[in-house]
Formats: sequence, C-alpha cells, structure tokens
Amino acid sequence: MNSNKILPVENERQLSPSEKKGLATYWWKILSIVLLLFTIIAGFLFPVPAQPILHETIRNLYFHVPMWFSMMTILFVSVWHSIKHLSQSNIESDIVASQAAHTGMLVGFLGLITGSLWARYTWGAWWVADTKLNGAAITMLIYLAYFVLRGSIDEEQKRARIAAVYNIFAFVMLIVFLLILPRMNDSLHPGNGGNPGFNKYDLDSTMRVVFYPAVAGWILLTVWIFTLRVRLEKLKRKILFND
Amino acid sequence: MRNKYSLGGILLYVVSTVFVSYLSFKKIVSPSTWNALFWIILLFASINAIAKSFLSETRGKLLYLYTIVSPEAVILSKIIYNSLLLSILSALCLLVYSVFVGSLVQDFPLFLLTLFLGSCGFSSLLTMVSAIASKTSNNFTLMAILSFPIMIPLLMVLIKLSKNAIDGLEHWDLNFLLILVFINTIIVALSYLLFRYLWRD
Repeated sequence: MNSNKILPVENERQLSPSEKKGLATYWWKILSIVLLLFTIIAGFLFPVPAQPILHETIRNLYFHVPMWFSMMTILFVSVWHSIKHLSQSNIESDIVASQAAHTGMLVGFLGLITGSLWARYTWGAWWVADTKLNGAAITMLIYLAYFVLRGSIDEEQKRARIAAVYNIFAFVMLIVFLLILPRMNDSLHPGNGGNPGFNKYDLDSTMRVVFYPAVAGWILLTVWIFTLRVRLEKLKRKILFND
Repeated sequence: MRNKYSLGGILLYVVSTVFVSYLSFKKIVSPSTWNALFWIILLFASINAIAKSFLSETRGKLLYLYTIVSPEAVILSKIIYNSLLLSILSALCLLVYSVFVGSLVQDFPLFLLTLFLGSCGFSSLLTMVSAIASKTSNNFTLMAILSFPIMIPLLMVLIKLSKNAIDGLEHWDLNFLLILVFINTIIVALSYLLFRYLWRD
C-alpha cells in the first residue's frame, strides 16, 4: 500500500487493473473458505433437533449431502464440456471435461465414506442394499470405466472425441437411472419409502441456517479444486510440448 | 456379421451356457432365481453377439461404408439388424432354457413383449458401446467394462417386468412398459446423434 504512493503514476495504473481482476476472480474462493469455516464450526456447535436413532449423527447432513450436490454439479460441468468438445473440437474442453470427472470422483468418494460412516451408526452396517447406494455405486463404475477408456486410447484427438461420446452417453443413462430408481424400490434414505424427509421436521430452521451455506461452500470448494486441476493439467501439457 | 460360423457360434454359446446352468442347478423352483439366471445368460450372450458388430469389421470395409453412406444410416441399420438378431437369439434362449430348466412363466404375452423390448434395448446400447470399444486397443475387455454400468438401468426394469410376467399379475404394469420404451428411444436417439463423431477417424 505504501509503495503505491511512492511509485510513479504509470506503475500505479499498471497495478490497479490486476488488483481489480484479482478481487473479481478470487471473491468466491474467499467466500468458500468463510462458508466452510462456518459450516465446520456451526455444524459441530449449533443445536440440532434430538431425533431417536440419529442423535448427534444428524450433523453429518452438513457434510454427506453436500458431497452429492457437488458431485452432480461437477459431473454436469464435465458433460457440458464434452458436448462443447464435440461441437468445437477444442482440446481444452477435453482437459476440462476429464478433470471435472476426476474431481467428481473425488467428491463422490468422500460422499461414499461419509455415508458409509453414517450408515454404520444409524442402520447398523457399512453398506446396505439400498437404491441410492446402488445409484452411487453405478456412478462410480461409469466414471471409472470412463477413465479406463481414456487410458486405452493413445492418440490425443481421438481419445478426446471418443471419451466425450462415452461421457455424454453414460451421463444420460445415469440420469435416466436416477429418475427411474425411486419407482423400483423403497429406500432407507429420508424422504423415500415412507420415511419422513428431512424437510418435514428434522431440517428445521436451526439446521437450514447451516445446511444451505454448507451446500454452497462445498460446491465452491469442489469448483476450486477443479480449476486447480485444470490449471495443473494445462501446465503439464505446456512443459511436455516445450521440452 | 454376415458369417454363418459366428452366428452358429453364438447359438451354440447360448445352448451350452443353458446346459451348464441346467447341470449345476438341476431344477429351479424359485421364480427370482429363474429370472435372474435367465437374464444373466441373455446378457452375456448378447454382449458376445453384438461385440462383433464393430469389433470384427475390417478397416477396409468401414472405409468403404464411409464413402457410400451417412453415419446415421450405418448406426440405424446396425441397430435394426442387431435387434432382429437378438430377438431371435433371446427367443431361442427362452426355448432352450424352458426345455432344460423348466418354465415358470405364467403370463407369456407379457414375457415375450419384455423379451422383445429388452432385445431392442440391449442391441442398440451394445451396438453403440461396440462402436466406442472398437476404437481402442484392448477392445473386448473394454466392451464389458463400458457396457455393464450403463446397462444396469435397462436390466433392472427388464427384471422387474419379467418378474411380473412370471408371477402372472392380473394387470400389466404399463408404467414399467412405458419406461422401457422410453429408455429404448433415448438410447437410439443418442446413438443417432453421437455416432457421427465416432465415425470419422
């Protein structure tokens, strides 16, 4: 700040646009940190409704559920860029699509772990035969297959195109599956199969205060990880082509 | 796959798989086991049958097709051909399976309808996956890896419907039939739209 005053006017003019750009691009990262700090502190300290089986595990709602929201968001980004790749044949879209899928797997894996822990303490087992768990498992399988597919094609343009086709095809089938799933069986999850949803009375106003910021915070963090991965991948390519 | 030997090979594959399951199970009394075993046999048979539709095409023949017709025509004709092939295959599978293992089906029209819609769905999905897998280096392994996860929705609806047919429910569950038709339509539409990107090399 002090140096700005001493420096000549030209330098100040050069600095200010980059600073402005910095704030304009970084605000959501700061917001993400603030929201997540709030989520963690408030999530563990704020009062929660006392429910018979759930007890204090209800706090997992702030961590488990936003993971799936983040995963679907980032997978949607992935498919969107796959479509973009097919229409423009731009290799950058392919990098973005694949890194988004990687990030989606990371959050999905975290969602599985938190869900598994929760299931252990409420339903009594690490894994139960439940439609939503099947859906999660199939999502994992589809995207692992996507990575295997990417790994088995050497030529870059061809890999990008074919992976994009599979990504779109698989994502649509996944959405169809997630739509028909509730018709097939009941679920142990809240809001399905006669179980009361969190909306009804569990997620009362004290929990909403934490839950919505948690969802926003986790989604922002996921997007942040994703942008870092994309930057890293682009830098790797740059090094590869310069050497 | 205008090849007598490969067609015969697939038929023999179905018959011998059914025979092996007959030898290991003898008689099946539980409807759900009967149903599950039938669809698993059919699943593997159809993967084997349809994997050939792109994997065993020579480069020269694909290039020849590329010069004379549009990609949409290729994928649609392959889907139609494979649907017919798979319908015949599944009917044969049902026949052999009923002879050896015994038939538990009470509502035959519904079961046959499910079988037909299932064959169409399997064939269109697998034709597309076969086209994707044919572009890779280890394509037979990849065929299974790529197709299983995205076949599960279709398979679950089929198993549900055929279970209804086995139990002989009084009313047809139109909801599930509509879902099945809907899934088939989506698969064909996606194949139609996306195949052109796989086609050019």
